[in-house]
Amino acid sequence: MSTNENPSKKPGEVETTGHVWDSNLQEYNNPLPRWWLWGFYATVVFAVVYWILFPAWPIGGTFTKGLNTITFMDDGEEVTTHWNTRSLLARDMQTGKHAVRQREMLERVGAMEYDEILADVDAMSFVNAYAKGSFGTWCAACHQVGGAGVIGLYPNLRNDQWKWGGTVAQIEETLTIGRLGYMPGYAETLNAEQLEQVSSYVLSLNGFDMAEDAVAAGSEIFHGHLGGCFQCHGSDAQGLASQGAPNLTNNLWALVDVPGAESDAERLARVSRFVHDGAQRVMPGFADRLSPTEIKVLTAYVHSLGGGQ
Amino acid sequence: MPAGESIMSQSLFEARVPIHPRSVSGRFRNLKTGILLLAYAVFFLLPWLRWEREMGPSQAVLFDIPNRRFYLFDLIVYPQDIFWLAGLLMIAALLLFFVTGIAGRVFCGYFCFQTLWTDVYMFIERRIQGERPARLRLLKQPWNAEKILKLGATHASWLLVAFATGLGFVLYWADAPTMVRDFFAGQAANAAYITAGLLTVTTYTFAGLAREQVCTYMCPYARFQSVMFDRDTLIVSYDQARGEGTAGRAKPVRELKTREERQQAGVGDCIDCGYCVQVCPTGIDIRNGLQIECIHCALCVDACDAIMDKQGWPRGLIRYTSETALEGRPTRFFKLKTVGYGSAIVVVTGLLVLSILGRAELDASVSQVRQPLFVQMSDGSTQNSYEIALNNKTQRSLDLEIRVVGLEGAVLDLGRVEEIVLEPSQRTTVLARVRYHPDEDHPTRLPLEFEIADRDGTMEPVRVSSQMSLRP
Repeated sequence: MSTNENPSKKPGEVETTGHVWDSNLQEYNNPLPRWWLWGFYATVVFAVVYWILFPAWPIGGTFTKGLNTITFMDDGEEVTTHWNTRSLLARDMQTGKHAVRQREMLERVGAMEYDEILADVDAMSFVNAYAKGSFGTWCAACHQVGGAGVIGLYPNLRNDQWKWGGTVAQIEETLTIGRLGYMPGYAETLNAEQLEQVSSYVLSLNGFDMAEDAVAAGSEIFHGHLGGCFQCHGSDAQGLASQGAPNLTNNLWALVDVPGAESDAERLARVSRFVHDGAQRVMPGFADRLSPTEIKVLTAYVHSLGGGQ
Repeated sequence: MPAGESIMSQSLFEARVPIHPRSVSGRFRNLKTGILLLAYAVFFLLPWLRWEREMGPSQAVLFDIPNRRFYLFDLIVYPQDIFWLAGLLMIAALLLFFVTGIAGRVFCGYFCFQTLWTDVYMFIERRIQGERPARLRLLKQPWNAEKILKLGATHASWLLVAFATGLGFVLYWADAPTMVRDFFAGQAANAAYITAGLLTVTTYTFAGLAREQVCTYMCPYARFQSVMFDRDTLIVSYDQARGEGTAGRAKPVRELKTREERQQAGVGDCIDCGYCVQVCPTGIDIRNGLQIECIHCALCVDACDAIMDKQGWPRGLIRYTSETALEGRPTRFFKLKTVGYGSAIVVVTGLLVLSILGRAELDASVSQVRQPLFVQMSDGSTQNSYEIALNNKTQRSLDLEIRVVGLEGAVLDLGRVEEIVLEPSQRTTVLARVRYHPDEDHPTRLPLEFEIADRDGTMEPVRVSSQMSLRP
């Protein structure tokens, strides 16, 4: 049984709780250190002040908004609302030090001609830093983060193969209005042997050793009325930017995975299959999604990737 | 309950016994005062020293955080030079060990800012409240106008010094005249107010209220000094043999006035006046031997010397000496510890100085674009792309050109960029491409170097190594 008798406390003695069990069993009273206790009270006061100033307590479907406000621009209108981090981000993007600096630099580059941008190391440094973000948002889904594309689907922007032309004017046009690439299929025009012949010819143009008679026959088809390939790809097979027809002589393959083929027979089969099926590819235009300045920065960036013309 | 009683009678908390040191004059006091004045002059005046630079602020010492550079007279330290700080800290630590091994805690007694500021606070206290007996009397007397006025004035002056300290520190981080104006106009950055406020509070607390408790309980140095001491280390020590004689110390009562009388009676030279205890800023009695609280300020030496002079006896009853010397053998200063620390200091200092003198004028780093690592070009060559980050660390404009070296046949393409001019402290990123025709039997990567040179030839060309990646 505990008895509640507080033994008289002499100076220098440690205080006990005053409870005594079994005649001499006592418990020290060790209160929390005063600095700790006051620190705890301070956090309580802080919490109350916080509740008054900031959004805090949920009440049904709403919450206490707090007295603190934040002002930012929303579509050109000044909006003042209760303090919240989303508005803080919006304000930071409008008036923050780094956002303002980026906007100034963007305006500066937007006012420059392409010739000036491409020759100015600082402008290109900014283009590289800024456009990486835009490219990631708008282009990387197809062309991949680094712009290397995917063989058979999306062209590689890092090499010097430019289907629609690699000058800044042509790149800007591609970005602005988009491109519709079309290669007709020859399933009904050419039979299997003829498909192999024209494919042999195209492969020979890229430095592959193909059967000579097949190459000669393929050349006939390519340059003749039967195939008519020269009409888009040119009689020298160097391509035609206005048609989006690629150069077929540089051993760069955007749509047929020739580099991935193991043997001559497989290469031939892949090219034949492609000529048989034809292809249609769309590059969307970004005029309605990006400002002229952003298109300009992206154009300069794409131009710098592989070495534009 | 005898067992419980013994535990219960021990208090777990011991309240601080306030220390009211008496002032003393003497050679060590003068030395301390000299060091104090010098340290204060440097700390408070250095931010006001102007310095001519071609570019950048006109302040000799400025730690410019927003622009990421530290100005130290003609030296500009950039973030990538931060390892110099490691060197500096290493030198400071080694110097501390070296000095401690030879002469004990002289850092504590003469140079530590806790000691310096406490000294100033005690000076203020004495000027306002008077000498030790007057202060003790003031403390005991009931609260009246005099006590309120004197204690109030003391604490107000302490706060003023604390604030000056805080503001003085802040001046190192911004242009001093502008900062002072902005600070009092309420236009300085928040960080300035927070820093100044924090230092005001800590200075007031540590130098005014906590004092020797900082040295005894908070500072780790007091705790690990014992491993750096040896029997040859100089310590402030009481000459037990001389002071106590064979019959102990005694006050100079009538029959024990002269030294001869005392020696005949076997009484030592210590007249037990207690002056050495009264002047001690940490409140210890040095006659009890070396103690953890002792900061080796030697004020007790000054006190005892004054008494010995008055008695006409030789000085040095309390003196800087070593345990070896007290035992009658000469103190050895050349020992493995001091020679080792000494040579380590020389080596680290030499390396630091070499590193600072040999710092590159241009900071260049190359990162290879990895998405994709390489592309095949229409002429059959392989192309790699690189981002070359350049930072002009000189105080002049640099007209740079970039070359690729170390790989025969590699062609550098900078697009249409022909001119790379960097203003002082300017940085930029150059986009570069390198084309190369690999042989039939090529490895998957080949080393190459970018050489960045100044067209005017005023700068040592900088080489940065990188690599050319090829299709496997």
